[in-house]
Amino acid sequence: MTCALDPIQLQAYVDESLSPQELAAVETHMRECAPCAAEALAKLQLKRNTRAAAADFASSPEFRMRPEFRNRMQKQLVQPTRRPWMTARVQWASALIMALVLIVASTTVVLHRTERKHAIAELLDLHVATMASPNPVDVISTDRHTVKPWFQGKLPFTFNLPEFENSRYKLLGGKLIYFEHNPGAQLVLGLNKHQISVFIVQAQPPQFPSDAGPTSNTEQGFSVETWSHAGLRFFVIGDTSPADIHALGDLFRAAM
Amino acid sequence: MPAFSAQPLSSQTGFRRTSHKPQAPAPPTSLRYTVGAVDKTHSDSGTFEDLAIPRFASLYRFACWLTQDRTAAEDLVQETFMKALKGFASFQQGTNFHAWIYRILRNTFLTSKAGLRAHVSLDAEDAAPLEPLTAATPETNLLARLDSETIQNALMELPLHLREVILLCDLEEMSYREIATAMGIPIGTVMSRLARARKAMRSLLAEKIQGEPR
Repeated sequence: MTCALDPIQLQAYVDESLSPQELAAVETHMRECAPCAAEALAKLQLKRNTRAAAADFASSPEFRMRPEFRNRMQKQLVQPTRRPWMTARVQWASALIMALVLIVASTTVVLHRTERKHAIAELLDLHVATMASPNPVDVISTDRHTVKPWFQGKLPFTFNLPEFENSRYKLLGGKLIYFEHNPGAQLVLGLNKHQISVFIVQAQPPQFPSDAGPTSNTEQGFSVETWSHAGLRFFVIGDTSPADIHALGDLFRAAM
Repeated sequence: MPAFSAQPLSSQTGFRRTSHKPQAPAPPTSLRYTVGAVDKTHSDSGTFEDLAIPRFASLYRFACWLTQDRTAAEDLVQETFMKALKGFASFQQGTNFHAWIYRILRNTFLTSKAGLRAHVSLDAEDAAPLEPLTAATPETNLLARLDSETIQNALMELPLHLREVILLCDLEEMSYREIATAMGIPIGTVMSRLARARKAMRSLLAEKIQGEPR
């Protein structure tokens, strides 16, 4: 038995591709035409079964997606588009900015190192000059209660001196110095036959990190340790071992 | 055969459909249709990642059906995504990404060794007129009881051009317009090829039913 209904029409009905008017017409036709209704039902069942069977196919053990493939593809799909705005031009600009930042940063580091060397060299000169002078200090006293008040009126700041009585260090005196055009204090201490200078200055040279922990190094054979505290910078310079310099620094830091 | 129930078929089969109540007057015996008026085609926009990742699993599934080999399917999907990423600038935002990437996958497969072997000239076949509608036979009623494996075997036996049109329509739920874009053929050809594919499928299934011990 044949029917005047176009087979393509019936197929479009099954595939939900008819306009509402066409759909209504086909369904009206099928109410009156049992063969067409049965055919449409068979097509729908085949479509439904085909979909289920086709979906099962890829999930069978033979074709099931391997995790390593899934992971590899996810990485490939995500990485290139994580920054969709990152065009080649932007990448070039970013690289150029990075290069400029590196150049500025490295230049700043080099300049700071140079300035720092100059500052240390100035203090070393002061220390050596003091050691060479027949009058190394302006106030000669082993008593901290004499030395500290001597600086009153001479410095725009004050500082605490540790008690040296029970230590290996002996306070010998102090003098007024000028470091980078600012007044500061130089304290001279003895350790056995060595003499050590402790410089206390108000200036915060940018080449030294502020309020950072003590840093030690050796300059021209002298051990140097520096740190800052409460707006003051301390330098301990001497020809003794770095450990002795550090121990003296600890005494000053404990007295703050 | 008794007249079929007035209840829509979709509700009888459980198949998803939009509800349309038949209120129009009885149609003429020969219907003129504008198939594709109900177009499920949608437009996409977003980054490649946003559009591609949700389609990864379905592309792999379709690739498995095309290649019938897991390793070949993986290679096909990977190459498809590489090509799609490279050509994403040419994708018009707001158009259909789904059909666009399926077309890339299909073309990639057809230019592979396996695809070249499977490809046949279809011009004459697509132009041939379709047979008029015939009444359902008792064998077609058995279609509902077929197991997955039998249907899968029948699908695998179909020529590639018929298999893919069925898969795009039934499995990937593409509209005729999307299938036309993905396959690079007119909508009319999609419809006629789909009709032939389903007819061939039913013939294969009928053979399998007849071959089974009763």
